[in-house]
Amino acid sequence: MYVIIMGCGRLGAELATKLEEDGHEVSILDIDKLAFDHLPPSFSGKKILGDGTDQNTLRRAEADRADAFIAATRGDNRNALAAQVARHVFQIRRVGSVIFDPIREEVYHGLGLRTINPTKIEAQLLRELIEKEDGAE
Amino acid sequence: MFIIVAGAGKVGYHLARALVADHEVLVIELDPQRVDFVAEDLGSEVIMQGDACDAATMERAGMERADLVVGVTGDDQDNLTFCQIAKAKFAVPRAVARITNPENEDLFRKLGIDATVSATNLILGHIEQELPWRGLIHLMTLRTRGLELVEVKVPRDAAIVGRQVKQLLLPQGALLSLVIDAEGTPRLPTPDVTIRADDILLAVTSIDAEETLRAALTSAAPTP
Repeated sequence: MYVIIMGCGRLGAELATKLEEDGHEVSILDIDKLAFDHLPPSFSGKKILGDGTDQNTLRRAEADRADAFIAATRGDNRNALAAQVARHVFQIRRVGSVIFDPIREEVYHGLGLRTINPTKIEAQLLRELIEKEDGAE
Repeated sequence: MFIIVAGAGKVGYHLARALVADHEVLVIELDPQRVDFVAEDLGSEVIMQGDACDAATMERAGMERADLVVGVTGDDQDNLTFCQIAKAKFAVPRAVARITNPENEDLFRKLGIDATVSATNLILGHIEQELPWRGLIHLMTLRTRGLELVEVKVPRDAAIVGRQVKQLLLPQGALLSLVIDAEGTPRLPTPDVTIRADDILLAVTSIDAEETLRAALTSAAPTP
């Protein structure tokens, strides 16, 4: 698969590395050049400096031949716009978006986006962690 | 009408100032300094501090009884999210978004935003109008039917100069709507009206017919 990831923070960089390990072709976008430092030196995919909500940047990333697109910046609105551009303009089949605000996530999920809400997932994991520790005592 | 505006930058502030006499207006703005400024000038009931895309803030603003929302922050993504949440979660009947990146215009329309305003496109249109380039200025997008309201100034060498409206060959899906002559008099384009150089024409057109319309209205007459 050819996968485009927007946002090269810790999450985006980790995902890019893992996908590459699985044998996928990966391009990663960020508006900050320094963000690419999160990638290991072994990363061989394309690093593209640009705004992933901008169709021009996505064209540079050859979004028209992408099989998947993941929006993983820290900005919910930015992720939601980029994911909708990926889906509606470039017709990318698998589009995933990180949305931190649980309510915003619900709205976008309702509008047909595939969304991941780290806030809910982390809260759940922490809850399990604590309750498990309780149980172990 | 009850209008909720996202963003109290220059556009949001002047918009609120223009609307507040005739409508109930509430502007949502994150920056406390801008909030104080607007409160001082227009009254504290016109402005609210908060993230306009946050559902709790929207609820406090009274979003469920808003007749219209207008997203005019400087960021396309914030305007889009504000409008989408207002429509999807609060069933606001009408949403207008300001767009900075002209490429977002079609997408926003596809995503259900009722009208978009692109300063970049307007300015671009006016610059292009001053140049030998022959183009249509996009005045407004009418989302519901996929139509555009466009303006064009008739070039001096255009083939349509001296012709009557009934002689014009316009594409299907395009309708000439108004003719404004060089003196500034607006006229309805009845069949006998003669098009003159420097007339301003307003037309409604489908997006598909736009290019053909542009050619029909601005192409130069063949040189003898």
